[in-house]
Amino acid sequence: MSARTEEENHVTDVASDTNSTGAAPAVRGVQTLSMAKAINAGLREALRADEKVLLMGEDIGPLGGVFRVTEGLTAEFGERRILDTPLAESAIVGTAIGLAMRGYRPVIEIQFDGFIFPAFDQITTQLARQTVRHDGTLSMPVVIRVPYGGHIGSIEHHQESPEAYFAHTPGLRVVSPSNPHDAYWMIQEAISSDDPVLFFEPKSRYWPKGPVDLDHAGLPLHASRVMRQGTDVTVVGHGAMIATLLQAADIAATEGRSIEVVDLRSLSPIDYGPLLESVHRTGRLVVAQEAYGNVSVGSEIAATVAERAFYSLEAPVLRVSGFDTPFPPAALETEYLPSPDRVLEAVDRALAY
Amino acid sequence: MAAREREFTAPTVQLLTPEGDLRPSPEAEAYLPLVEALTDVELQRFYRDMAVSRRIDVAGANLQRQGQLALWVPSHGQEAAQVGSAHAARPQDHLFPSYREHIVGMIRGLDLVRVMALLRGATLGGWNPEENGNFHLYTLVLASQTLHATGYAMGLQFDGATATGDPETDAAVLVYYGDGSTSQGDASEALVFASSYQTPQVFFIQNNQWAISVPVARQSRSPLSLRGGGFGMPGVRVDGNDVLASYAVTRQSLEEARAGDGPSLIEAVTYRMGAHTTADDPTKYRTDDEVAYWEARDPITRYRTWLEGRGASASFFTDVEAEANDIAADLRRRALELPAPTREAIFEHVYSEPHPLMVEQAAWLENFETSFENPAGGAA
Repeated sequence: MSARTEEENHVTDVASDTNSTGAAPAVRGVQTLSMAKAINAGLREALRADEKVLLMGEDIGPLGGVFRVTEGLTAEFGERRILDTPLAESAIVGTAIGLAMRGYRPVIEIQFDGFIFPAFDQITTQLARQTVRHDGTLSMPVVIRVPYGGHIGSIEHHQESPEAYFAHTPGLRVVSPSNPHDAYWMIQEAISSDDPVLFFEPKSRYWPKGPVDLDHAGLPLHASRVMRQGTDVTVVGHGAMIATLLQAADIAATEGRSIEVVDLRSLSPIDYGPLLESVHRTGRLVVAQEAYGNVSVGSEIAATVAERAFYSLEAPVLRVSGFDTPFPPAALETEYLPSPDRVLEAVDRALAY
Repeated sequence: MAAREREFTAPTVQLLTPEGDLRPSPEAEAYLPLVEALTDVELQRFYRDMAVSRRIDVAGANLQRQGQLALWVPSHGQEAAQVGSAHAARPQDHLFPSYREHIVGMIRGLDLVRVMALLRGATLGGWNPEENGNFHLYTLVLASQTLHATGYAMGLQFDGATATGDPETDAAVLVYYGDGSTSQGDASEALVFASSYQTPQVFFIQNNQWAISVPVARQSRSPLSLRGGGFGMPGVRVDGNDVLASYAVTRQSLEEARAGDGPSLIEAVTYRMGAHTTADDPTKYRTDDEVAYWEARDPITRYRTWLEGRGASASFFTDVEAEANDIAADLRRRALELPAPTREAIFEHVYSEPHPLMVEQAAWLENFETSFENPAGGAA
């Protein structure tokens, strides 16, 4: 992965074993893990490092969650720390707020993207505002993990991308890893954050394996990064879209076009530094996302880049998004979801200016 | 075809009759020892707190009418339910109010000028619960706090801060909500979680008969106390205009919660004599007869009659009246002196950790506002 060299510059100590005697932590090296296993390992690290960390969610106990992300954690940490809760999302978030008031650091699993809405009120009117309401005397270290996005051929409410609702809400932080390495580290960083973090996990990327450097975190939680360098057009996205953008860049390369791929990683706040630097060089930007395009994270990026890089732009910022319809029946999802070809169509349009 | 009439009833725990006689209802007999254990000083404190609450209501309503508060939320009529339940809690307990429990806050040590600041639009919260008798912040989205309370109670349990057998340190949670709030999904979800985790917690519903303009019959066809049983916990209906019964039932329920016997629910039947808030006009939806019925059941009058029968002196009542007037006047004076928040407060504490948008936007606003301060025009 091209990001390796950047990560070398941001070495972060690996949490040592709790029973370590003060010796330097053993080098654990690079493992090849799926994102699901990487998050599982990250959760395990966080649970070991701080006994105030609790997991809460539906079916996350002996079953290990419907995606098995919490597999084996009940066996190691017990039912008191891995709470297989009653089936009520608003209550899971609402009681997590109460537990955070008591000093706990709850990590919630929402079973599927489309099932976060029963908790929307507690997240936006309560979780996001406790700190400001308490004049900063109370922090809300609550993480809400949300498996999201399409490409899995499932039924209604199981393939959605609701991240914009939360990125729109002050008081929340919103992140989404695109690969196992980031997932392993970002989940631990999210749990360490004293602010509420919505952690969107691209469920179509749960199973592909990739290298995870267990010793070096790389970038901080809210940093975006260049995943592939290029000179003609910048494309930016997050989560599962990064795989599509890298594919598009491969195809474009065979046609002699050099595409730079930027992984946002954080949707709130957005780290515009690497993106603007890239656009200053390429003069062209395509924003890609699975989510509906109307009033989306992509809209915000397009507006901000137009404001801040106006004189660098050779073409308008273009967006490639899910259509502004409910996510269609799965049989139609390949036409609904932005594909490498749809990204390249936008790239062609950008280059035509 | 008309729906078949079904009768759902629940007995009401009452110790003091509306006439001011200590004549426990059959359900109340068991609670009598808790009341008999109260000292004269404690009994007088109940009266004093109810009188102060009623006097503060007048001050708050006046401040709102004079444009000094955005809103006032009165408790007139509900003083017994609030004062009785508040005194039932021990110092280590945590109380999660709705937004009408000013006197509960005061009993826990909160300076009510903080409530004035909230209703004046100077803050979104106003106090740190840890420094104010574990009296948590008001929550305006109805029933949201029932879940926070339940999560907090789960935390007490996980920490081993309850059910150790020591009533001086074992803690419990008391959460307040109203008859309207019981229809919110969160209220039911809180009962589910409390029951599942057997939290050390008491749900205290003040059924004041009206959710703004909608009567309790629209929220529930049966007494709200019956909801406890449906969720696997005791539910007790108490005369919420009887301060002794409100105290005793809450005391008993909290002791059971502290002892590890799990959660319970109390429905305190009371009446909101005034408007929902100063923005409301109750004459549009309820009758004079109904108000007169409840006036005859006034919580302060009946308690005063009983105290007088026990030999409380006339000077006690005049002293309380003078003290209540002083407290209200002092509160009014300090409310008017509350400083307006400064513009930085918009951005402070939105996040616990540094956030680039807060820094950027605070700087922009500062620059924008100060640009007008230069009479020559334009920012420096």
